[in-house]
Amino acid sequence: MIEHHLPALQVLLPLFAAPLLMFLVRWPTLAWALTTAVCWATFLVSALLLEAVWAGDPISYAHGGWEPPYGIEYWVDTANALVLLIVSGISAIVMPFARDSVEQEIPRDRIAWFYTAFLLANAGLLGIAITGDAFNIFVFFEISAIASYALIAMGRDRRALLASFTYLIMGTIGTTFLLIGIGFLYMMTGTLNLADLAERLPAVRDTSTIRAAFAFIAVGVSLKLALFPLHLWLPNAYTYAPSMVTVFLSATATKVAIYVLLRFFYSVFGVEFSFGVLPMGYVLMPLALLGILIPSIVAIFQADVKRMLAYSSVAQVGYIILGFSFASTLGLMAAMLHLFNHAVTKAALFMALGAIVYRIGSTRIDAMAGIARDMPWTMAAFVVGGLSLIGIPLTAGFVTKWYLLLAALEAGLWPIAVFLLATSLIAVIYIWRVVEAAYFRERPAGAAPVREAHPALLLPTWTLALASVVFGIHTALPIGAATRAAEILLGGYP
Amino acid sequence: MNPHIVLRVGAKLLIPVIVLFGLYVQFHGEYSPGGGFQAGIIFAAALILYALIFGLETVQQAVPPGAVHALAGLGALLYMSIGIWSMFAGGNFLEYKVLLADAQLAETAGIILIELGVGITVATVAITLFYAFAGRARPGHDGD
Repeated sequence: MIEHHLPALQVLLPLFAAPLLMFLVRWPTLAWALTTAVCWATFLVSALLLEAVWAGDPISYAHGGWEPPYGIEYWVDTANALVLLIVSGISAIVMPFARDSVEQEIPRDRIAWFYTAFLLANAGLLGIAITGDAFNIFVFFEISAIASYALIAMGRDRRALLASFTYLIMGTIGTTFLLIGIGFLYMMTGTLNLADLAERLPAVRDTSTIRAAFAFIAVGVSLKLALFPLHLWLPNAYTYAPSMVTVFLSATATKVAIYVLLRFFYSVFGVEFSFGVLPMGYVLMPLALLGILIPSIVAIFQADVKRMLAYSSVAQVGYIILGFSFASTLGLMAAMLHLFNHAVTKAALFMALGAIVYRIGSTRIDAMAGIARDMPWTMAAFVVGGLSLIGIPLTAGFVTKWYLLLAALEAGLWPIAVFLLATSLIAVIYIWRVVEAAYFRERPAGAAPVREAHPALLLPTWTLALASVVFGIHTALPIGAATRAAEILLGGYP
Repeated sequence: MNPHIVLRVGAKLLIPVIVLFGLYVQFHGEYSPGGGFQAGIIFAAALILYALIFGLETVQQAVPPGAVHALAGLGALLYMSIGIWSMFAGGNFLEYKVLLADAQLAETAGIILIELGVGITVATVAITLFYAFAGRARPGHDGD
């Protein structure tokens, strides 16, 4: 019986636990324990779901017993099972880290509320990935976004409020555009079910309404995934959010939005419409290339390491969109692979940074001078993550850049292959700045002594840092899942 | 003594009607336009009107913020519990027609309970928002 309900449980577990936490305001540790248990349970559910769809057919779950396309359907295939695994896996690993980090950064009487918002954001992101209903995607986008605004606003710095407000404005414009697009689709087809939409769209697709719907969805979701030049909300939101929130959102929020864009472009509208009838390849590719180049250069000049990594995240979105814009199985596979590898890598980096914040209370590069002697393990994890971000062989980052290169060469675009190598060198520069400061500079005179981070912070950090190496050597799971996900996305709905 | 006699009497006349109308929209929602969301807002509007006329403290004595928070959580839990109960009864999530022997009766009962959950949560969240904003206006008083 329980196997049958797995898709519902995936979203229901965090969604049900969120209001329960409201009754644990006086017991923050208990709130943390419950959240951790729930996150690990959702991780287990998504692992079971991936296993089930890996071997067999996609899973469909009809809410309320209303058969699709009339009712709301949850739909799991290898493509979104991988996304579900990323979201739930990162939330499960971040929770042991969260305990100390959150206790230090959030007032005690708000910790339970903080976890309530975290679980709601988690449930929203999982819901976006799992649902097979277009309107449901919008609703879950709003659930995760509103919870994220609250999470970001709880940052220690008052600038977090402004960052959250900017994100609120941009995010609301994004989801409103998405809603307008979905409304147009509904107007023309009378359905909201994604598989049903894919079936009915070809008959009406040569109309300006459908083209407008496509444009609204493309721009709306691009705002949510921070595609250059719609990324302006992201650096501040990531910089001023509490450490644990940055880890979670950087690894999951933009990834889920990218998945939605992939789903709409490839499965719902179809690759022929998106890249044949409409020239999306020529729109996305230049934006992706600019999105890799400009934020990477901007990252070099940041005085704040957290902000530097945030700009690097915008650049990484560029890599994913680049793979996506080739409209080939190989390119799409590279995009799905980078979705996974970048989530692991960037979470490791932000987590190492969170451990540093826990000790020195700052993310400024000057404040980090010389700390590698006092915090060798934390900085080593940062370096491993940094190597993966650059794309050094034997790391996860290398594997994705390799497949991106292959996809570029397959498309006959060798200048892009050269460009990819050149931009990796920019990543070397900005990661090196941190390494140089932490390892080769002296501690500023009069700085308080620093101790190595607590094992509770180090262990999750190293789990992710090692994962970014393991997935660079033992590539069967991510490559297998990404290949199947690419085939499924290109194949559309059965 | 109090210059706002018209407002006070008017509000006292209006508030019972607003609450009654809220209950009507709540419990007649499955037959006519309405439902938990609309009813919750109407219900909250009655309370907010009362607070505007008679002051925030008077309302918070009758409806303390702690209770409002608790009800906001309970409403959502009620909604989801019905859904989970249907899962234990052999249906899918929220397939409440399996809850009773008479499927049609179960559908009606299920939707009324779920809308009740929605109504409670929407009303209490609207009141919480009002408390937060109204409480903040006072210096030295941290609205929560």
